[in-house]
Amino acid sequence: MVRPLIIFIAAAITNNFILTYFLGLCPFLGVSAKVSSAIGMGFAATFVMTMTAIITNVVDHLILRPLHLDFLQMIVFIFVIAVLVQFVEMVIKKASPSLYKALGIFLPLITTNCIVLGLALLGAMRNYNLIENTFFGFGAGVGFTIALLLISGIREELEVRDVPKALKGAPITLLIAGLMAFAFMGFSGIITLQ
Amino acid sequence: MASNNRNLGFEFFKGFFKENPVLVQLLGLCSVLAVSNTVVNSISMGIAVLFVLFFSSFVIGLVKDLIPSEVRIPAFIVVIATFVTIADLFLKAKFPDISKALGPYIPLIVVNCIILGRQEAFTKKNKLLPSIMDALGMSAGYLIAILLMGIIREILGFGSILGFRIFGSSFKPILVMILPPGAFLTLAMLIGFMNFITRKE
Repeated sequence: MVRPLIIFIAAAITNNFILTYFLGLCPFLGVSAKVSSAIGMGFAATFVMTMTAIITNVVDHLILRPLHLDFLQMIVFIFVIAVLVQFVEMVIKKASPSLYKALGIFLPLITTNCIVLGLALLGAMRNYNLIENTFFGFGAGVGFTIALLLISGIREELEVRDVPKALKGAPITLLIAGLMAFAFMGFSGIITLQ
Repeated sequence: MASNNRNLGFEFFKGFFKENPVLVQLLGLCSVLAVSNTVVNSISMGIAVLFVLFFSSFVIGLVKDLIPSEVRIPAFIVVIATFVTIADLFLKAKFPDISKALGPYIPLIVVNCIILGRQEAFTKKNKLLPSIMDALGMSAGYLIAILLMGIIREILGFGSILGFRIFGSSFKPILVMILPPGAFLTLAMLIGFMNFITRKE
């Protein structure tokens, strides 16, 4: 029971997907200007990533590996993710219109996001079992949300600050991300994995 | 004919500077940040992207009229994924060290916005030859950007280029430049510098 927990913390904090693997940078630069949209994006992503981690793991272990179709992994994962996001969208639309209103516009964005495919590929590369992979996906989503929330808070402050013209927009966000990555490096001693 | 040639030249060279996919359009940043810690990794990644973008644009340029526009994106992704798989398996077989260093970022070329973005924005509505020039120019722009990152980070982080030490033994490498924060800082400075130059014109 300890290992899944370690994997969770590693994915969320010490090996934060945005700040150490650089995955999911597009929403990080695009959606992070407002706290409210950061929360929506974070929840939608966490949900999709947890589901993705479970389903890609099952597909990988029950279909692809027994049939020696490992080389199709990438293509299969992409389709699984695309179908999954469509499916989640339909279910949420039926089950909870209010939740759909909050997450709806973010869901299609997540399909083509490298963070979801990266998660599936990293999980498969490290040979996680189903439980470990579930925690891995959930942790990665939580880490994504944390980083997105932190940066959106800072960016809301930046709106009223005097930033050099050439650094406005993406460069200053990347600079802040760099400083945040410094800060997150400080956590790297608390657990060891691999 | 002359204007045609000039157009082809324009499609090729616009990716270098004016419409640089990384530094101006801010696409495909994941891999640029992740694998640019040494010059060798940068070049390998750049060539992999060049290979995938060139062949995807070529194949999609050939078959685009046969694909109904409702299913074009899945179709494009299958074409792209095929070439990414080829690149991935080739690297794994011939250059296992590089494949290990680049890790998941080679398969992740599939979802790299540059590749699908060029198909949607250019190949879809242009003829084959301009599309190929565009693909070559864009991947050259990507290569330039990731190479710049690689050179800066390897010099500062290891004190070397391509593994050759260029400073004396008294040079203390700035280790953080090869770690994730260094990637963010370097890219931020490069994009800022790019904004600074283009704003003046």
